[in-house]
Amino acid sequence: MPRSSDAVGRETRIVLENCGRIDPESLDQAVAAGAYEAIAKVLKDVTPPAEVTAEVKRSGLRGRGGAGFPTGLKWSFTAQGDTKYIVCNADEGEPGTFKDRLILEGDPHRVLEGMMLAGYAVGASKGYVYIRGEYALSIHRMGQAIADARHAGYLGERVLGSDFAFDVELKKGAGAYVCGDETALLESIEGKRGYPRIKPPYPGSFGLHGKPTVVNNVETLANVPPIVLRGAEWFRKHGTEKSPGTKVFTVFGSVRRPGAVETEMGVPLRMLVEDFGGGVPGRKRFKGALIGGAAGAFVGVDALDVAMDFDALKEHSAVLGSGAVLVLDASVSVVDVLREVLHFFRHETCGQCAPCRLGTARLSEIIGRIADGQGTRGDIDLLRAVASMMKDTSLCPLGQSPIVPIASALNCFEDDFTARIGQVAPARRH
Amino acid sequence: MKKLLEKHPRSKDSLLDILHELQDAEPTHHLSDGALRAAAEYVGIPLAEVVSAATFYTMYSRTPRGKHVIRMCESPPCHLAGAESLLKAVADHLGIELGGTTSDGSMTLETSSCLGLCAEAPAMMIDDRTYGSLTKEKAFSAIDEVRRSDAKK
Repeated sequence: MPRSSDAVGRETRIVLENCGRIDPESLDQAVAAGAYEAIAKVLKDVTPPAEVTAEVKRSGLRGRGGAGFPTGLKWSFTAQGDTKYIVCNADEGEPGTFKDRLILEGDPHRVLEGMMLAGYAVGASKGYVYIRGEYALSIHRMGQAIADARHAGYLGERVLGSDFAFDVELKKGAGAYVCGDETALLESIEGKRGYPRIKPPYPGSFGLHGKPTVVNNVETLANVPPIVLRGAEWFRKHGTEKSPGTKVFTVFGSVRRPGAVETEMGVPLRMLVEDFGGGVPGRKRFKGALIGGAAGAFVGVDALDVAMDFDALKEHSAVLGSGAVLVLDASVSVVDVLREVLHFFRHETCGQCAPCRLGTARLSEIIGRIADGQGTRGDIDLLRAVASMMKDTSLCPLGQSPIVPIASALNCFEDDFTARIGQVAPARRH
Repeated sequence: MKKLLEKHPRSKDSLLDILHELQDAEPTHHLSDGALRAAAEYVGIPLAEVVSAATFYTMYSRTPRGKHVIRMCESPPCHLAGAESLLKAVADHLGIELGGTTSDGSMTLETSSCLGLCAEAPAMMIDDRTYGSLTKEKAFSAIDEVRRSDAKK
């Protein structure tokens, strides 16, 4: 990982603690570094499954895929049934986000153990890791890890000689951002188009093949083994009251040292940009950032001291999302960044529901006009109106998201838009 | 083709894996009508359902491609780092348009929404290999290197 040595000292590593320290293709090295200790302890102590869920609940762990939903609560919502599934969402496609790739490439056994613990807690004996097709190295290493874990008896009919059965199957995606939505991902595992389902029902009651299913993000699952082993109280010593633990942030764009860093939840944005990212290079000035990927929000200079956690950012009309931080310097116009963001949505809409299929195309056209200096004041209003309509009427988070970057861009950087409008005679085009 | 199919359970759940494998086994890296029919028959589902999946995902191609597939990242982070002019330069270097295949059938040029290599923007993949912090020269030499190693074979 491209990190400078001076920044490493201030990192707090939980999910990345073994990354770079062990050979990710060696089960022995993973075990020597503590892999499968938590599941072994639970099996040896015959801990009641509900107790594992309760511990994760007490830890306050929240989903690291973007939504921040409490993980223990999600587990506890899993319906009764003979067949249940654990699905690891490794379809990391949010632009700017590569945290899950680092975990999958660096410590795949940790993810498997997280899935096993989730399976133990909710009573599932089958798990799927769905990795996006472009992540060739992640797929290779996870495939190797599953084979090694099976061979050594960590996965199978009798995990570590106990009565607990758990096996994991690797699924390779085929290029569709929308499959990051948990229900679209389930459809994809079932061999269909990745069309998101209408919710409710949620996967906890009607998931893979209609069975109760827990879908958790890679980073979320990677937090589970240390929580079970070291306890909720230990976990809560990190981060903030409402967002305990650490977060793997990816900091890139206009910074001297782009890369990933795992640090306490609630770290100020300034620290990510200046200390870890090394600040904006040259004599350029920090202008703002896009936090949380394409579905994230733009923030300005006034947000530098905001705590990077689920709730503090919300108060700032922003979102933590996947923890991606795209740093912008003063030479960049937010209009051009927003054009790329909206181009992305246009490309990635699945086309199932009309508001998103048509809306993403319109948004991309409107911002294209504005960026090319052909836009009008009315176009700015239209951007907001179309995105708001999409938020209210789209079936899944993809269509509901564009309002977030659009509204935040207009709120924080209206001047960038006005400047572009001002380039041509403001004749009405509609 | 039969051998490839029989590695997988006869279940629709295997469909994406089967399509990946059939495509990879094809020198032209695409899914022919025959491949889709074979998949449908093997899994035991209507051909329409196979076509539905095969035409949804960007990594599957219904038209023949080159021996190698180049995927240039066009995510917002890569774009800010000059992905647009890089894409144009690579297309010119290959003498093809986006989506096209070189006349010798060696390279197809595609884009990807995000390759997850944002700390090394702009980035690309050639087949399963990633290349980051690209300049035009670095991209050209990576492409030429793949071509050279093919010529040696």
